[in-house]
Amino acid sequence: MRKNLNVIAAYSIMMGLIILVGIFQSWNIALSIFNLCLISAVMTMGANIQWGYAGLINFGIMGYTALGGLAAVLISVNPVQEAWSAGGLNILFSLFLIIGMVLAIRYVLNKYEKSKTRTYIIASIIILGIIIIRFVSEPGIEAIEEVDPAKTGFLGGFGLPIIFSWIVGALFAGGLAFVIGKVALGLRADYLAIATLLISEIVIAIIKHEDWLTRGVKNVIGLKRPAPYEVNLQQTEWFINLVEKFNASKLSLISDLTERQATLNQFVIEGSSIFVKLCYSGLFLVVVVILLILTQKALYSPWGRMMRAIRDNEEAANAMGKNVVKQHLLIFVLGSAIVGIAGAMLVTQDGLFTPGSYRPMRYTFLIWVMVIVGGSGNNFGAILGGFVVWFLWIEAAPIGLYLVNLTTAGLDDTHFLKVHLIESVPYFRFLMMGMGLLLIMRYRPRGILPEKIEIK
Amino acid sequence: MDFLNAIILLLNYIFVPALAYGSQLALGAIFVTLIYGILRFANFATGDMMSFGTMFTILFTWYFQSVGIGLGLLPTALLAIPFAIIFMIGYMLLIDKFVFKYYRVNKSPPVQLAMVSIGVMFVTQAVVRIIIGPSDRRFFDGEKFLIKAGEFKDITGLNEGLAIKSTQVITILVTVVLVSTLFWFLNKTKTGKSMRAYSDNEDLALLSGIDPKKIVMITWIIAGILATIGGALYGLDKSFKPFTYFNNMLPIFAAAIVGGIGNPFGAFLGGYVIAFSEILLTYAYKKFFMYVLPESMAPDGLIQLLSTDYKFAVSFSILVIVLLYRPSGIFKGKVL
Repeated sequence: MRKNLNVIAAYSIMMGLIILVGIFQSWNIALSIFNLCLISAVMTMGANIQWGYAGLINFGIMGYTALGGLAAVLISVNPVQEAWSAGGLNILFSLFLIIGMVLAIRYVLNKYEKSKTRTYIIASIIILGIIIIRFVSEPGIEAIEEVDPAKTGFLGGFGLPIIFSWIVGALFAGGLAFVIGKVALGLRADYLAIATLLISEIVIAIIKHEDWLTRGVKNVIGLKRPAPYEVNLQQTEWFINLVEKFNASKLSLISDLTERQATLNQFVIEGSSIFVKLCYSGLFLVVVVILLILTQKALYSPWGRMMRAIRDNEEAANAMGKNVVKQHLLIFVLGSAIVGIAGAMLVTQDGLFTPGSYRPMRYTFLIWVMVIVGGSGNNFGAILGGFVVWFLWIEAAPIGLYLVNLTTAGLDDTHFLKVHLIESVPYFRFLMMGMGLLLIMRYRPRGILPEKIEIK
Repeated sequence: MDFLNAIILLLNYIFVPALAYGSQLALGAIFVTLIYGILRFANFATGDMMSFGTMFTILFTWYFQSVGIGLGLLPTALLAIPFAIIFMIGYMLLIDKFVFKYYRVNKSPPVQLAMVSIGVMFVTQAVVRIIIGPSDRRFFDGEKFLIKAGEFKDITGLNEGLAIKSTQVITILVTVVLVSTLFWFLNKTKTGKSMRAYSDNEDLALLSGIDPKKIVMITWIIAGILATIGGALYGLDKSFKPFTYFNNMLPIFAAAIVGGIGNPFGAFLGGYVIAFSEILLTYAYKKFFMYVLPESMAPDGLIQLLSTDYKFAVSFSILVIVLLYRPSGIFKGKVL
């Protein structure tokens, strides 16, 4: 108990802060911060597995998040029948062509020795394949995108409950990570960082511009929910009774019947949105707890010890007969899959998929700040980092506004400096993140909750 | 005649823009490669440092415009750049003193320095946005075109016009002057040689009495000049927007690595490799073939290898291919 005191203290402070937001701002805001904190925590756990356990830098978090989001769309949206009949065949045929291409390349790779000729053969297969695929897919894509472009214009998905997408998102992200890992894991640390960053940009470019698959920048809105809808809740008997019970003391103060009914309605509307957010919180908490248990188990298992050995001294681990390349690939895939889950969770919560919103600042570098600040190698630290950094990211604007008002109190309200500073309050969050990261890196390089390994 | 038209078409839409864009990338790539070669880390704050320098150029341009100083046909920004460079160098040395020095003295691994540069990226981004705001700004003034498309058509009697923007010419000229001075400095002067020695083998350089503090300071000064000029030229040619500058970091990295990181000449050429491949692969060649081929064979489609949406993806794919098959870059930099 004693040795976990700092963990408990840190988490209680964090919870306290969120509760304070609930009391002073509103419970709605507090809960949405809490939910996004949970999603951030899942992302940081993924990044922490790669960086903290194995020392792999992955700056492609944005790409896996977006793939998770794509999974949410492809799983939950109902299939668009007209689009399928218009161009589905072409797309399926192109898919077979791609599979054929990959098989052909594999065959060439296995059959021939490494040589210039082999490289040329592979290059020509790829170029020829791309040309054929373009010829096959182009009419299909055009036909699909013409099907009611204002509403659909894409193939749609499978129409399954959106929860399944959390698993599928993990599979998607893991699959991409497998390919990237095969290609890029041999690179030295900072090159791996650059390569993954650039690959994630390619992923986003594809998601943004392949309208037949994702609707691109036209966004997919109104995804199905795993939680009830506010509008339905507001008309449900038991929910209204519940709200009435909760606010009984406040309601009893109002004697006028119509006024009382109006206040109750107000409470019901407010309560419904809080209730929906609580549903999400519950779902997300389950995921976080499951992942936490799994990652903790892994950390203390022989496998975890091996990963730390590989991280701390690759050559020695290699000499002891550990397959470093294979383990690196495994952990790269696992970590990315977790990030994929988070991506699907994010889209599930928002109920919409906006490819244009995936930016490296928010989805890659911010997550890295979370991991570093929280404490790499320590799962509790990573989760805490997700909470702290997301909390500050959201609350930076009010804090910044307060500080600006405080420091420019002597100035007139219309003074140009004050007006300018108040306008630029949203950007104080970047300043805060940067300063936070720099200070932590300098004075507490192992994070708020540093890695602590005891072998039981 | 058709053949001439086709050539002018390619010049107008591919060669000139790619040359200008490539020069801007080249300056950034040399910046990255110098930092990497001498200070030994991948600087993720590249784009934002460039936007920081450009911001000062814009502020001075506004000041000069307000007091009525200008260069006539040339953009006022050219006058503002030297002043911006002074501020930029000051900022860079400040950052180095308070942030990077600690890790350099402690011989931290490059990964840690890269992480620290992300912190610097956040801070610089915030400072730029707080001072000048996130919006799109144009600060070009003076004569816009050196040759206008219409005039060119009238003079030559061709169907295709050739428009050359003055910013494109300025970009190319400034780059040529700057880069040749830089190479002269690195190859001929004593300080330049000691910088290269330091980059090649730090211990040996220290043993032969090279002062690391001086080397580091000069590197930051050169980096500041490159970042400001590169950023200002890009801003003059297109426009200044902090977010675009942050994104430009990616093709710049690609250029530096494709050219062989740590090798300034490679980085210089890498900029053009990236720029030309981006534009060549995303250009729609329909009109070109209409001129070159006989009428009966005129193409139906756009004859575009990739849609322009994938412009960035092109440079990244080149980078990935280079990393796979020739990790030291086309022009042999440090082995990764």
